[in-house]
This record gives sequence, structure tokens and C-alpha cells, in this order.
Amino acid sequence: MLNHVRPALTLVVLLTLLTGLAFPLGITGIAQAVMPSKADGSRIERDGMVVGSSLIGQNFTSDRYFWPRPSATGPQAYNAAASSGSNLGPTSAKLKERVVGDVERLKQTGIAAPVPADAVTTSGSGLDPHISPAFAKAQVIRVAKARGLPPAVVADLVARSVHKPAFGLIGEARVNVLELNLALDALKM
Amino acid sequence: MTTVGWLQISLLFLAVLLVIKPLGLYMARVFSGERTFLSPVLARLERDLYRVSGINPQKEQSWLGYTLAMLAFSLAGFLALYAMLRLQAFLPLNPQGFAGMAPDLAFNTAVSFVTNTNWQNYAGEATLSHFSQMAGLTVQNFLSAATGMALAVAVTRALARSKVATLGNFWVDMTRATLYVLLPLAILVALAFVAMGLPQTLDASVTATTLEGSKQVIALGPVASQEAIKQLGTNGGGFFNVNAAHPFENPTAWSNYLNIFAMLSISASLVYTFGQIVGNRRQGWALIAAMAVLLISGVAVTYWAEAQGNTILTAIGVDPALGNMEGKEVRFGQAMTALYAAVTTGLSDGGVNGMHGSLTGLGGLVPMFLIQLGEVLPGGVGSGLYGMLVFAILAVFVAGLMVGRTPEFLGKRIEGREMAFAMLAVLILPLVILGFTAVSATLPFAVASIGTAGPHGLSEILYAYTSAAGNNGSAFGGLSGNTVWYNTTLGIAMLLGRFAYVVPVMAIAGSLAAKVKSPASAGTFPTDGPLFVGLLVGIILILGGLQFLPALVLGPVVEHFAMLAGQTF
Repeated sequence: MLNHVRPALTLVVLLTLLTGLAFPLGITGIAQAVMPSKADGSRIERDGMVVGSSLIGQNFTSDRYFWPRPSATGPQAYNAAASSGSNLGPTSAKLKERVVGDVERLKQTGIAAPVPADAVTTSGSGLDPHISPAFAKAQVIRVAKARGLPPAVVADLVARSVHKPAFGLIGEARVNVLELNLALDALKM
Repeated sequence: MTTVGWLQISLLFLAVLLVIKPLGLYMARVFSGERTFLSPVLARLERDLYRVSGINPQKEQSWLGYTLAMLAFSLAGFLALYAMLRLQAFLPLNPQGFAGMAPDLAFNTAVSFVTNTNWQNYAGEATLSHFSQMAGLTVQNFLSAATGMALAVAVTRALARSKVATLGNFWVDMTRATLYVLLPLAILVALAFVAMGLPQTLDASVTATTLEGSKQVIALGPVASQEAIKQLGTNGGGFFNVNAAHPFENPTAWSNYLNIFAMLSISASLVYTFGQIVGNRRQGWALIAAMAVLLISGVAVTYWAEAQGNTILTAIGVDPALGNMEGKEVRFGQAMTALYAAVTTGLSDGGVNGMHGSLTGLGGLVPMFLIQLGEVLPGGVGSGLYGMLVFAILAVFVAGLMVGRTPEFLGKRIEGREMAFAMLAVLILPLVILGFTAVSATLPFAVASIGTAGPHGLSEILYAYTSAAGNNGSAFGGLSGNTVWYNTTLGIAMLLGRFAYVVPVMAIAGSLAAKVKSPASAGTFPTDGPLFVGLLVGIILILGGLQFLPALVLGPVVEHFAMLAGQTF
């Protein structure tokens, strides 16, 4: 056993330097030089201010904006410093109670049952940047009314915001909520 | 289920199929000590590593020497990581000023990464400094994977050689796995990940002002580099709490493909490497076929179950068209989440792109069952291959019993000693999983940790010990595992699942290596044809799976019927 001590210790140290420092720092160097905006988290700026990341969902509660999915992060929804899913099982009473409440809330805004599943379920990350096209369409009337816009204009914006699967195959049809809401704000101006 | 969904799934398997042969051949050259196209760059570094570490690369080790070297290396890695996690407050690259980990959590985490489990009882972005993530976790992502590959190569040599006392040199195999296989692939995958949007920065976070005027702190870090080796090494320990469900670990359908491809390709190719080294490529393909049958069946069951949606929610006005979306991301949908869930558990990865704890009863049964089968589909890098070889030995033994002939595998006679060790290895998983689950289910303070009551609560505990003993790392996250009880017992389960399994396997290897490799005769049962594949699938299901059936019925199966009956807990 003793003859294994030296190689064990030295290799742990040397390979730590190689794989734990040289590798991540080297990749950081290349990434920052070649793809800085992606390496820094795909930030979106408006008027010189960071308003979010195109990859990370953010919370919207106002009627003037499209709403994202419910989020299970704490203490507030869409806490991007503490990602979390609900981890509630399918037979959880807490899950059922929460969904009953959310379906009811959506009904009051004019969305009839059955509601799209993503509209009342929390995502795995709690930071899902997307909603389904069905949920986006269901919100058109509410947003148009709150902004005093013709519903057709908002509906058209939603239709243009749908990301389709690549080659009609890879990925799911989806709408990026932050990008849609930014486009909505730009529309007014 | 949709045709498009199945096409997406098929494309991934096709891509992996294409890489198996070239990567498998390359690894065969690496582990045979031959020159490769990377030798001009790496040979000198390799020599220097041996020189400084006092290793004679020509000197081979017996099975015991090889095993002891592996244990010494794992212990050194554990101690280094444990110390780093406890002392992270005093170490550099800690922009958030995180404190050191508590002793029980640091024990659990260090064991978790050294055993290639990567169970996470902590939330990465809220607990670990960049230094701990890079010099601690990323390092063990490399080293625990390289260790698994070395062990698999040693077992492979035992079947390839005739009448020898040695199986190779652990230090050389482990170093070559790191330098020639894992590191170059990790560089490629990490850069591809950055191009897909994974952050790679030393900044801790960026604060955004949302459109509604509140502040959103967005955690950042060197994500892409860790994600790359996390998948290539089938480690699964994510940078963030929610692993590859986090948009920064897995932002698009393409990154999702690359995640799954990276975790699957080395393990699958190693089986080809095995065939190449033992001089029977058909044997490699036969094992791959058995793995594929079971893995694709697993994908199908989860995909089907999840696409039905949660009937309890359907009854209260939720449209089931998108399937069960609790715990899933819109960008992945049901097909790519089901694929990820089955592959991550058929392998020993344990990363997730959706929350397994929110899968339906049957959808969640599959990942749990695939780990219980021993993670041989195709399993963790290395660990999957030697696990599969144990099943292959059991299968030829059973076949030998049926026809009354001395069982042989690749020209090696399988006798009492090999069988005794094979059974010992196979019994470790049920003993650890069912034992700890039973004890926890009777302890009030352990039961208090469950998140959803009823059958799901049992599933949460069962999944935790399954994941730990199987060195997987995924979880039914409703269980609050960061308690002294779970940190300690899960840590022990991980250690037993890795080391108590591998020692008997290495003993088998030592015993097989010493035997004469006899040429095949007319009386030899061919182990590279469809008959053997069918037999092997049966043995895996019966020996690997049957013993867990009662526990699975009480957990996920009862939950499935409770869901259909509309009952909540």
C-alpha cells in the first residue's frame, strides 16, 4: 500500500492543476476572447441597462406583459441565484391545490379551461424562459386590452415570436417571454 | 407520443451509433499504449507526470496491486476534496464569500464526486465557490471517470490475455484516460457549449433590472467547462441546483442533444474497445445490442407515461396535450425529457433536464429501475462495462447449467470462484438499497424528510438509496436529503456501491487472467449471437431487477393507480 502513496498524492495534485485550473481557466480565456457575450450569460441590454438574459426567464405579473410559467424558486419567483423545481409528485395534494388556484386565476383573466399545461405547472429550473405558443395566444386579449392595442396587432406579434423546431424536427415550438415583452414595449414606441 | 418525438430520439441514437467504432478503436489504441495522433502534444507531459510521481509505466500490477492503487488514488482524491470543501472560505476564487461546508455535507459531497455519483445535497450556485467547483468538483469529474475507465480496461485485459498474473498499470491507464480521452473531448465539448450559450466566466453574477423594475440576480460562473466533463465522465453533478434543467446548463434543444451525446458516447464506445482488445468485435456489438434493447424500452415507457399527462390535473381543467409539464422545461418537451431521464439512469450520469420527482408513477419507475439493473445500459464510463461483463459471466453460467456444459466466456472457463465473486457483486446493490430504504422508512426523523406523502414518499427514499448505491446521482428531489442521517447513510451507500462492487469484480479479473484462453470449439456456446443477447437481457432483468419488484410495486406502481383514481396525499 505504501508504494501507492506517492503516485496517489502527486497525481491528485498534478491532475488538479491540469484539469481543475488549466482546463477551466483556459476555456474561460478562449470563451471570453472569442464569444464574450455568450460566455457572460447572453445578457440583454436596453438603453444601456441590463434587463435580463435571453436564456433566463423573469417574472411578469402586470396585465400589460405576457406572463411566464409559475416558478418554484424561493423566496421570490424566478430567483436566478437559486434555481429550483417544485419536486412535487404527481399525487401531491399541494400540487393539486396550487394548480386549482392557478386555473381559477387564469379563468378570471378570460382563459377558458382546459388551460395549456405549461401555464399552471412549474418548470424544472424555476427559470424557464419559454411558454408554449398556446399559452401565449391565450394571453393576447388580456395584454391587448391592458395596453389599448388592437388584439390583431398583439396576436401578430405573438405569431412572429414563435420559435419553431429546427427543420420542423429538433426542439419544441416555444415563445421566449422576455423577448416577446421587449418587442411589445418596442411596439408602443 | 408523436412521430416527431420519436424521430428526435432516433437521431440521437443514430449519432451515437456512428461514433462508437472510431472512438472505440481510438480508445483501444490509447489503452494498448500505442501512439495516437495526440501523442506529439501529450507524450512529453505524460512522461513527466510519471517521472514526478515515481511511476514506472512499464511495470504491470497484479489484480490486487491494481485495486490497491485505485483505492489509494480514490482516498487521496476524497481527502483533497473534503479539505477543499471544508476550507473554501479561506481559498481563492470565492467572489460570493461562501462559508465552508458542514462536516456531514462535505463528507457526502466528497464521497459523491469521488465515487462518480455526484449526488448533490447542496445547491451549487448558493453553496460553492468557483474554486471548489473547478479545482474540486471538476477535477473529480475527470478523475473518477478515468478511474472507472481504467478498471474496465483491466477487466478487459483479463479476458484478452492467457495465463498471466498482471492486468496492466493503474496509474498509466488512469493517466492515459485523462490525457488522451477525457481532456481533449472536454475541450471540444466545452467550447461547443459556450457557442450554444453556456456561460464561462469568473464573475459570480450579473444583476438585471427587469422590465417590471425589480432586481434579478443571475448566477454565473465557469459553467461550460464543468458541464462538458460532467457529461463526458457520466458524472452528472451540475453547476446549478437544478442541473441540466437550468437554462445556463442546457439552453437549447441542440445543447440538450450534445449533453446526451456526450454522456452516452464514451460508455458505448468503450464496449467496442472491449471487443477490439479481446479480439472479438462481434462480442462488443452483442453487448451493445443487449444494452440498446433495454435502454430504448426504458425511453419508450417514460415517454409514453409522461405524454399522457397527470390525470389528476387533467380532471381539474388542464389540457393534457403537452403531457405532464410539472418539473419540465418547455424547450425540451416530453420526448427529449424522457430520453434524458432514461439515458442518465441507464448510464451512471445522474444529471437531469427535468425533475424526476415530478414524473408520473410509471414515468418515474423507469429511471429508478434502470439504476437498479446496475447501470449497465451502457452504464458509467468504465463502471458500466465491467458491470455488464459480470452479467455476461452470469449469463454463460446459466446457459451452461441449462445444457450441462462447462460455461466459458471468450475462451475462459467460468468456475466456482468467479461465480461466487459475481454473485457477491450483484448482491451489493439490493442489500444496500433495500436495507437502507427499509431502515429509513421506519425511522420517524428520516420519514420527516419526505416531500410528498403516500407512495411517492416511499419512492423518494427508495430513489435516494438507489441513486447513491448505483452511483447515479439523480434524485426525487422532494426528499430533504441534507440531514446528518441522509448525508451519512447516502455517503456509505455510495462507497459500498462503488468499492464493495469493484473489489469482487477485480478478483474475478485476477482469476480469469490466470486461466488459459482456450480456442473456441464446436461445443462452445457462442456469446456473440442473438441467442446470447436474449439470454443476457433476461439475466439482467431477472437478477438485476426482480429483487426490487416488491419495493417498486409499493412505490411507483401504487402511485400510478392512485393517480388514475384521482387520489392525492
